[in-house]
Parts: sequence; structure tokens; C-alpha cells
Amino acid sequence: MSDIIQKVKNLSIGFKSKKGEEILILKNISTKIKKGETVGIVGESGSGKSTLALAMMGYVKHGLYTIGGKCEFNSSNLLNMKSKDLEKIRGRKIAMIPQNAGQALTPNLKIGYQIDEALQLHSDLNEKEREKKISELLNKVRLPSPETIALRYPHELSGGQQQRVAVAMALAGTPDLLLLDEPTTGLDVTTQAHVLELLNFIAKDTGTSMVYVSHDLGAIAQVSDRIIVMYSGEIVLEGPSRDILKRPIHPYTHGLLKSIPKLSLAGLPESMPGSQPQPGIIQSGCSFFDRCNFSEDKCKNNSPQLEFLKELNTSVRCFNYEKLLKESQVNQNVNKIKNNSKDKEILNLSEVSISYAKQKLLDQIFNRISDDNPTVKDININIKKGETIALVGESGSGKSTILKSIAGLLRTKDGLIRFDQNRNLSSDLKERNPNDLRIIQLIFQNPDESLNPNHTVEEIIAQPLKLYFGLKGEELNKNIIDLLQKVRLGDFYMSRYPRQLSGGEKQRVAVARAFAAKPDIILCDEVTSALDVSVQAAVLNLLQQLKEDFGTTYIFVSHDLAVVRAISDRVAVLYQGRLCEVGPSNDVYKFPSHPYTEVLLGAVLEPDPDIKPKLVAEDIVEEKPPEKGCSFQGRCSRIVGDICKKEIPPWQLTDGGNAIRCHIPIKELQKEQF
Amino acid sequence: MTVNSIYKEEKKSAFQKVFEVIITMASRPSGFIGLSILVFHIILAFISPYIAPYDFKAINPTLMLQAPSAEYWFGTDDLGRDVFTRTILGGRTALTITFFGSLIALLWGGLLGIFCGLVGGKIDDIVMRIVDAFLSIPWILAMLLIVSLLGTSTEVLIPALGFFYGKGIVRVARAATHDVIAKDFIVSARARGHSNFSIIWNEIIPNVRDAILVEGAMRWSWMLLGFSSLSFLGFGVSPPTPDWGLMISNARGLMSFAYWAVIAPIVGLSSLIIGINLTADAFAKALGIDRSTKAPV
Repeated sequence: MSDIIQKVKNLSIGFKSKKGEEILILKNISTKIKKGETVGIVGESGSGKSTLALAMMGYVKHGLYTIGGKCEFNSSNLLNMKSKDLEKIRGRKIAMIPQNAGQALTPNLKIGYQIDEALQLHSDLNEKEREKKISELLNKVRLPSPETIALRYPHELSGGQQQRVAVAMALAGTPDLLLLDEPTTGLDVTTQAHVLELLNFIAKDTGTSMVYVSHDLGAIAQVSDRIIVMYSGEIVLEGPSRDILKRPIHPYTHGLLKSIPKLSLAGLPESMPGSQPQPGIIQSGCSFFDRCNFSEDKCKNNSPQLEFLKELNTSVRCFNYEKLLKESQVNQNVNKIKNNSKDKEILNLSEVSISYAKQKLLDQIFNRISDDNPTVKDININIKKGETIALVGESGSGKSTILKSIAGLLRTKDGLIRFDQNRNLSSDLKERNPNDLRIIQLIFQNPDESLNPNHTVEEIIAQPLKLYFGLKGEELNKNIIDLLQKVRLGDFYMSRYPRQLSGGEKQRVAVARAFAAKPDIILCDEVTSALDVSVQAAVLNLLQQLKEDFGTTYIFVSHDLAVVRAISDRVAVLYQGRLCEVGPSNDVYKFPSHPYTEVLLGAVLEPDPDIKPKLVAEDIVEEKPPEKGCSFQGRCSRIVGDICKKEIPPWQLTDGGNAIRCHIPIKELQKEQF
Repeated sequence: MTVNSIYKEEKKSAFQKVFEVIITMASRPSGFIGLSILVFHIILAFISPYIAPYDFKAINPTLMLQAPSAEYWFGTDDLGRDVFTRTILGGRTALTITFFGSLIALLWGGLLGIFCGLVGGKIDDIVMRIVDAFLSIPWILAMLLIVSLLGTSTEVLIPALGFFYGKGIVRVARAATHDVIAKDFIVSARARGHSNFSIIWNEIIPNVRDAILVEGAMRWSWMLLGFSSLSFLGFGVSPPTPDWGLMISNARGLMSFAYWAVIAPIVGLSSLIIGINLTADAFAKALGIDRSTKAPV
């Protein structure tokens, strides 16, 4: 068949452990990619999706080797090709777009020069033609004024623009196949939606086949025609994307879709138990057996084969897919979260502003900060005991900065942070007494960094217990086991090191450490964004459970609006360090809303091919907040006039108790834009 | 479900860890050679007083500059002393002084580096500029000055060498600390309100320990070379105590007709330095730190 561009046949890739055992990363993978189609490969970290994508361009990572099988591109096997022949194919026939374009571009060469280099390598154009081609390519990826962009250095571009340049470079060789390895993962929601839209356009316009690797079903849903779901180095489900997302017939995909929070549903989704087995764990039977809700006895000892169902055009690796076939749709059950917030105020931020500006000599002497346009300004929030308030916004919106100031890690320029109505918390960490420090605890985004790699779980959890309560010996031990139980970890975890735990387990340890201090407020900084989707729901459920048990208040920072929707009682939307909208989450997610909230909500990617993101504003990145007027003036599509540029908008209250800071009257905002 | 052994790892005692590191080091050819040389030298330093065939200071004018023979394995020197006896004894002082010197260097260099890395700001700036200033002074000049003012006793040499070789460690320790300091577990410890001392002891030292130890092992070989140079110049060990640097210095004029008197101490000194170097490299590799990617000093 001539319309097949890439054929993977019985491919196994693995490595040898120190003891000489062969450990498989990819197990007997076979698939085909047709001309002009976009295939999404989805899976958790460690499922082998990147290894498969790299093998498709004949590259096997250092330390790994091909155990068997082949990758055929235009009927020549890439995996045993000489590097000279591969050079002719890479770039010209198969191009790759990396995850982090900022790191993939050489920092000290101009954009135009780098694209020119790609053109020199992969095309036979002369200098004049190349120059024309560069601006053509930059135009194609919709970068504004290509001539000026070409003269810039990578660091002068925003993340989204860098990713566009990477796309342009990949297109320079007019490849037949484009491999994309998590191309939008590091980007902001709005930027992500724009880049995906661009990729869709390019796929249609040039007819290039694409292989899109991602852990994010939302992103995959937007671009792909066909989806391959990988689990533990195997293909477990492969088929047309609509069928897979609407009627997944493999229990893993089924559970995964159930556990992803959705914008349309408030409340926490069901979580999937357990975690993916690590490579090298020898297991008889189905690799998903431990986590499966549909498993039977035979699944334990017999591993299912990939079965092709002709009528559905789908391959599935499960004995019981028929059970799932009967379930017509994924019914998502959510546990509505209880709002157990009391009227008592626990934390009050008034007029808080924070500046990152470097102190001048005179200011240093007088120990003050003078900055007319600080990064974060005019933050007034009342936080009630027992509630979960979420701070949302894109990167640079100051949400993490505010958290740091609450924790005392960053000095505020102005304003007061008041705890429990009457206690002022000093903005300097050293002036806070131990009790002030105990009441506020932090949970970080990346558990790899927040747990000391040289401490055992026992030592990690013991730290706050020793520091705040002076516990020792038996009592300390009892408390640690108690805490581990609360985060659903057995006491045998005590002697383990963080590197021996999975991502979800690490985050549980971090949660246990935060709760060890018996805090009143826990600051959660993007706690689930480093976790796999299937683990995310479990951690969110755990946090909710602990909150209900202890009456803790959460301040939850996230860029993921669906996650925020699932867990929070109230939401504060930030743009450029200024509040745009504060209100109960039910109301914030409904109209009327601030134009910026609208942009954010529109850009959320849902794992549903029927829900397309709505792109309202441009994805420009502003470096500094405007000195006068509304903070969102630069990107707002609903500017009413000069007033937006001159005057800071007033707070307006909606019927639901939602405060919006905009010059447009509430009634106007009520109208949907699209 | 049978779990593969690579993911199963229980908490080990310090002794087990050290033992494992040594096994890993010895499993590489270069590490094995280095370790064997080093262990050989250390054992020799301990037992040499008991196995030395002759008195190291017995001068015998009738036996001047004898070539190696069954009686005098490495020959005799210009005063008729047995070169074999003096060679096996010659490493003792150098090894002891530089070993303790390196410990001092590790201690002050490591702690100051970690402290500077943690505190940052003005203190860090000032300390690092002073360290830079010291680094720019040729160490041998400064050493000669100290030795000529305070004498060449062990009590002077150990701290002086320790000081001069520690300033390089300050930089390594500071850089290693900088890698760790930005991590969230330090931020977390700070937010909990731990003292600086507690952060250094519990959070930083376990994470920079390996880098500093490797650097210290490297410094040991440099210090040995430095100490022998001092002896060579006549500012180290005083005669008649046998010492390689001193022996080389004494016998080098006679090299053309009594090569044995100079070759034996040279082999002793260089083999020990090579041994320490190879061991330090293997040590670094066993700990997972690739020194080849990091510039010295």
C-alpha cells in the first residue's frame, strides 16, 4: 500500500539493568501511519510514548537498544540504517518538534539564521530564495512581522513564539512526517490553544502526516484523527479519535477519561487506583490488572493480545472489551465537594503589593522598596476558614508570588497580611514566630524537588514534628505512621527514599509533611501539574478528604481551570499581578465574567472532539503590567475606549456575589461574545 | 507480582554504603589499580618501621653510592645510607601531614563554601573576593613565607597546607550548594522556620557531601605534590628524617652516575600521587559525579 508512510513492526526497545536483565521499554509494538493523517500517542510518563516517537525517526536514546522489530519509512528500516543515510531522511523527510523550544533553539544565534541553517541543510535553494522562504515560513506559523522576528534572538520571543519558530524550522525541509513530542506542554493555556490551532492548520494546508505525543488527552483530542493509547510499553487501544474519546473500550482509557476534571462538571472526578508498573517489573497477565475495574481471574495470568475489531476499526488489548462496548458513553461520576467554609475569616490580604525591582542604594540604606509599578498590586482578598480559594492565571500573573508572600518567603512592598482577624503576619520570615510559621504550610508543584533526595520518608515527615512539637522516639514514630495512613501510604514507606517512590506517592509524602505541622492554612502551588492524569484525581480527592477531616483552609494556585473548577469553593482570577475577578467558583465559570476569564475559559482543552477551544484574544505576552488603567488593556478584545487605558476599572458585583473589575457594565458582560 | 531487584532498595547503614562505594570503585580497572596503589602505600606507611632492613640514619662512608645488589636492594646514597630503607619510610611523614592537611582543608573550605552559598548577598560577595585574592597568590611564595616565619614543624605545616588547599574547595562547595539551594525542599525548610544551621546540616550537607569529598580527595594528591616540593626546596621535613622530596633533592646532582638514589623516591612519590588521583576519579564515578565535566578550582 502506497499511502502508508511509516510502518512499525513488532518493535521492542529496552535496556540492560546492572544485573544483566533485559528490561523492555517498548513491547512488541506494531502500527502504521498513513499519509496526511495525524496520530496522537497518549500515555503516562514511562509508558514509552516518546521512545516510540523517537524510534519513528530512527533514533534510540542513549542506553537503550533495539531488541527486535523494525521501523519502516518508505519501506526502508530506519533502525539499522547508517547515520549518513539517516541524515538524508531526518529533517527532509521526517522532522521533529521538541517539547521545549526555548531549549531547542541556540540562544546566541538569530532566529532567521537558525531557520536559514535548516534550509541550507534540507533544501537546495540559493541565498535569495532562502531569504524569501524564511519570511514565508514565519508567515505560515503566523508570527507577526517576520522580518523583525528573523532578526531577533530566541530569548526575545515568548514561549509560544519560540514554539512557532520550532514549527517553522521543522517545516523548512518540507517533511512528509512531523513528530511532535509534547509541543504544548510547557505553554500557557491560551498559547497552547493557539499553537494547536496552528498545527491543525498546517496539517490541512501541507498534508503532512503528524505524530503527536502527549500525556494530555485534551490536546490530543484537538489535533488527531487517530489515537494510540499506550500503557506500560504496550499499545492498549488504537482507533479513530472520536470513538476512543467518546466510547473507550479499554478499561484504562475508560478510567482515564473518567478521572479528568471537566469544566462543565463541578466536583471531584473518580480517581483511578494505583499507578503504572515501572519497567522491569515482571508480571504475568495483563499489565493493567491491578488497577482495572473490569478484571476477571483470567486477566491475572493471561496477557491479552491486541485484537482488531473490524466493525469499529479499533484495536484493543483487553479480554472484556465487550462489557465496555455496552456502556455507550463515559458516565462521569463526580463527588460534589462540600463547602464547609465558615463565616470566620482566617486570612486577610489588604492592599498587598509585591515588587521584584532591585533596591537602589538609597533604598537599601533606608530598607524600603520604591517601585511605582510593582509586579503584584492591590490584592484584597478575604479568606474564610475552611474554604478552598483558587488563584488562577497564566504564568507571570503573580499567583505564585502571592503565595510566597503569604508564606513569608518574599517581602511585600505594601499591605497587610492578617491572620485570624487580629494577628498581623510580618512580611519578613525572620520576624515571624514559630507558631506563625506553623499555621501556614506549603505544598509544591514538583515533589522531586520538594523532598530532599537524601532523606527517607521517615526523616522528611519527622522534620515538622520535631521542629514544632519537639516529638521524640516512640511518639514521633506513632505520629509519622499516623500521617502516612492519612495519606493512604503504608508504614513500610518509612524507610524509603523519594527516588523509590512514584510521582503520586511522592506528592502524598509532601502532603503528609504539610499536615504534620497541623496547619490552619495550606498553600498548594500547582500541586497536581507535575503528576500524571490518572494520579491527579487521586491526589485531589485526598486533599479534599483531608480538608474535610481537619478543617484546613487551602489556597490553591493552578493554571488548570478544570482542576480549579473541581476542587475550589472560590476563585480569584489574576492578570499581571492584578485581580480581575473574585467570586464563588460556580459564578466565575458562568457569564457574566471578566473578559480575561472569558479568554481563559475559552482556551481550556477538553478531551472531547466536539468541544473546540474558542480563541478570543491574541496570545501576546506582556512583560510588564501597564502603568495606568486596566491591567488587561493590552489583550482585551472588548476595550470600550480611552477609559480602559487611563482609569483603573471599578469593582462590580453580580447577583451571584461575583466581583468583576471591568469598565464594561455587568449587563453588557452578560452577553456571550461568540 | 515479583518485583525486580533494581527497584527494591532498603535503607542501608553508613558502613554498608561505604562498602558498596568501595566495591563499585574497585570494579573498574582504573579504580582497582588506584585503590591497590593507595592501600599499598598506606599499609607500607604503617608497617615500614618494623620491616625496614637497616637504620635509616646509619651513615657508612665505606658504602657510598653502592649500586643495587642483593644486600642493598635499591643501592645506597652519597652518605652510604640504604635507599630501600629510606624509600619505604619516606612516604610516612608526607602521607600523615597531607592527610590531616586535607581534612582541615575539607572542613573549613566545605563549611565556608556552603555557608556562603546559603547566605548569599554581601557576605558571600566579600568572602568570595577574598578567596579569589588568595587564589591569585602563588601558593609556594606564601607557604615559604609562613614556613620561614613559623618554622617547619608539623603543627605549622598541617594548618598552613590545610588553609592553602582549602580555598579551592570553598568554590566547589559554594557551587554545589547553589545547585541545591534553589530546590523546593530548601524553600520548604525555610518556610517552616528552620535555623540556618539546621538547613545546612540536614538539607544541604547530605546533598553536597559527595562533591566536596571528591574535591577533597583530589586536593590530597595536589597537597602531597606541594608538600614534597617544599621538602625538595628544604622547607619541609628536616634531615635526617627520610622524605621523598628531600631524597630527590639530595640525590638529583648524582643522577648521571647514581640514578638509583633518585629513581626510588621518584617512583614512590609519583605512584602515590597517581594512586590517589585514580582513586579520587573512581570515587567520583562511583558516586555518580563526573569530574571530567567540571573544571578544577
